[in-house]
Amino acid sequence: MNYRLLCAALLWLPVFASSAETTVSEHVLGNGLKVLVKEDHRSPVAVSQVWYKVGSSYEPGGITGISHMLEHMMFKGTDKHPVGEFSRIIAENGGDENAFTGSDYTAYFQTMEASRLAVSFELEADRMRNLHLLADELKKELEVVTEERRMRTDDNPQAKMQEHFMAMAHTNSPYKNPVIGWPSDIANYKVEDLQAWYQRWYAPNNATLVVAGDVEPKAVFALAEKYFAELRPSELKAVKPQDEVEQLGVRKMTVKLPAKLPYLLMGYKVPVLKTAEHEWEAYALEVLAGVLDGGGSARLSSGLVRGKQLAVSAGASYGLASRLPGLFTLEATPAAGKTVWDLETALKNEITDLQIKPVEKDELQRIKAQVLAAAVYERDSNFYQAMQLGMLETVGLGWQKADEYVTKVNQVTAEQVRDVARKYLIENKLSVAYLEPLPINESATDTNTEKGAK
Amino acid sequence: MRIHLLSLVFLLFSQSVWAVAKIERWQTPQGSRVYYVQTEGLPMVDIQVAFDAGSARDGYQFGLSALTSALLDTGAGQWNADDIAQRFESVGAQFGSSVSNDMASVSLRTLTDKPLFDTALETMQVILTRPSFNEADFQREKNRTLAGLKQQEESPAELASIAFYKALYGDHPYGHPSSGSIITVSGFEAADLRSFYQQYYVAANAMVVIVGDLSRKQAELTAETLLSGLPAGSKPEPLPEVVMPVKAVKQHIEFPSSQTHVLVGMPGTYRKDPDYFNLYVGNHILGGGGLVSKLFEEVREKRGLAYSARSSFVPMSRQGPFTVSLQTRNDQTGQALDVLNKTLADFIEQGPTEAELIAAKKNITSGFAMRFDTNKELAGYASMIGFYDMPLDYLDTFRQNVEQVTVASIKDAFKRRLDSQSMQTITVGGSGNKSEK
Repeated sequence: MNYRLLCAALLWLPVFASSAETTVSEHVLGNGLKVLVKEDHRSPVAVSQVWYKVGSSYEPGGITGISHMLEHMMFKGTDKHPVGEFSRIIAENGGDENAFTGSDYTAYFQTMEASRLAVSFELEADRMRNLHLLADELKKELEVVTEERRMRTDDNPQAKMQEHFMAMAHTNSPYKNPVIGWPSDIANYKVEDLQAWYQRWYAPNNATLVVAGDVEPKAVFALAEKYFAELRPSELKAVKPQDEVEQLGVRKMTVKLPAKLPYLLMGYKVPVLKTAEHEWEAYALEVLAGVLDGGGSARLSSGLVRGKQLAVSAGASYGLASRLPGLFTLEATPAAGKTVWDLETALKNEITDLQIKPVEKDELQRIKAQVLAAAVYERDSNFYQAMQLGMLETVGLGWQKADEYVTKVNQVTAEQVRDVARKYLIENKLSVAYLEPLPINESATDTNTEKGAK
Repeated sequence: MRIHLLSLVFLLFSQSVWAVAKIERWQTPQGSRVYYVQTEGLPMVDIQVAFDAGSARDGYQFGLSALTSALLDTGAGQWNADDIAQRFESVGAQFGSSVSNDMASVSLRTLTDKPLFDTALETMQVILTRPSFNEADFQREKNRTLAGLKQQEESPAELASIAFYKALYGDHPYGHPSSGSIITVSGFEAADLRSFYQQYYVAANAMVVIVGDLSRKQAELTAETLLSGLPAGSKPEPLPEVVMPVKAVKQHIEFPSSQTHVLVGMPGTYRKDPDYFNLYVGNHILGGGGLVSKLFEEVREKRGLAYSARSSFVPMSRQGPFTVSLQTRNDQTGQALDVLNKTLADFIEQGPTEAELIAAKKNITSGFAMRFDTNKELAGYASMIGFYDMPLDYLDTFRQNVEQVTVASIKDAFKRRLDSQSMQTITVGGSGNKSEK
């Protein structure tokens, strides 16, 4: 059949994919700021991202979410640029901008015509060291963040369950805390807390500047020298390790919330690329996630959603690029007449299967084909490329890992997938949460209509 | 050898001068329109086939368009769902189908290397022209849709959106959600889907978008291959005109959430609207401009009342919704709504200032290139231009159209098009705001 032919065709793909890669240029300023540039000349635009090595996993108890709060405050002005001016200047230059916070990073970005890169450098350099943190602005922004939390988490049953689940699955790892922070911590941030956080982490030697787009590396480096070189570095105090203690048995919880559908979440403690005993283990876990959930042909869709029709949706996920060990998660929503316990059994059977039999050759080939193709598709977006580099650098893996990814995934064998399933997807590393829907107040359907309001 | 060629392409390209994308258009022998943009540098292509077969074509069977679309890749020709997924995924191709109010579409992203490309294209062609709609797949997908509809009821945002469209459009084909309702979907038979497919998935009603690293010749062949086997058929009648709500109505839905979701609006603009650029630029200033807009300033920056506060015009075949939205703690809904309404009323009354207009124009025109700096976004524009039959130079004249807008023309357009007597207000949230006026 022509299936053979396809496999043959795919063989040359890795060579091809890597040959098509434009290289990354790196330059470190005297004050420690690392600058990464990836050229892509398809369009006259560039994205500029500043990544700080700080996020919710750096936060001690009592001030969880402060990295995210500080991200909001970073738009509140400096001596040179009063509140509101940052966004106004970017907007007038046709820019798109925003910021995001994760467990391991806080990042700020602007996308503009490549010729305007200096505009974003000037503003980012300024707020890296000269931010105003004022009580009045904090008071208002606290309300904004509280509304953000209500919208993202409090009023979303699955998101809320995920938050409780993470808190149960981890004993002392800071990954137990939500990125946005616990409500009472958010309510009690003081200007001094933010000031201290800003002073401690916002410095050139704790940041990476990534630029991707229609730029020349040398020109970007010169521009970075011009705007960032004068910033003084900080003496960085290492964050405490907070190594997660060993789990001693399966953990289970029920979360009762007003909802319409039950929901199951399972997570196994697994290493990440940075912490794995052997590097291949992390790549094998990536492939394992693909075997279960790498598209419509993967086992969860094919077996649980279509075949046995136990679930209306089911997924598996793993991320190898984090600072600390994480979770391999499985989630599913039962089909009508099925329960979360039916699903738990079915998912565990899938895991057992993976532990007994090496995955089929075809399956493995499909995962790899998708990874190879995705490496080409990714390059359609400067933003994504910059993001990949910034994240790898910020979690401490180094941006070079981006270039290795396709090759390393390609080297994973069926036996290795089986081995990581045997080693890590075991009961003692497992946490399970069940969402038990409570009736949504009968009055939910009450409608009160007023005609002719002014 | 191939590698060498490719690096050469890179070299040449990096020195070339960038210009607004060139969209080419032609018609297949079966009468389908094709929109094509050649891009170089990446060995990939995005292909979309779109039909005037969105949820506005549901008739009284709300959700029929969406379920028909969802069934397409669950069985076609000799293949079942597993075969289809395996064929795409073994060559790294990504396939999807979706519907909006106006449009039903299938899309493919694939590498352009011949054996990989051919497999992906053949699979898409069979899906388009020979879907099975067999009973087992139908029942399963119907059940999954029903579960999704049930789940919507736990989301105040979804409930607000459903009520909002109903309030704006009543019995007009835009008045119901694309996913349908539990009552209507429960009544479907596989035969309903098959006949919907037979009526609307026809060559005369199809449009093809191709963006990527294919030559014009390859693109022509691709479009022909894809649609070969579709009967000619005919285009459906245009959708009925939207009837404006005659009264401003405020509606509250009680829901056990910590926030109240607020939506205010009325039917707004359509794709070929002569007022479009006035409304678009005006809205950019009012609430469309990301972190810089009047609503964002008044609701969030000055008062901290919400995380998101924005406004939008969604241009469709007929007047799509003009929407102003925010979400706020239940007990301050009244205050937030007052701020929202005052900001909106002031803007309709006074229009923007000269300075605001200059800033907005700078933002839109300077950032123009970023609107289609990826193949994905280019494909989106080509699809919009094709589906709504917009001029091929839409992108070339875009900046000029924005520049021509004035304070007076915005003010005039907003006054004519947004009438407080037609404005609908939906609130969904916890009690505490029930007593508010």
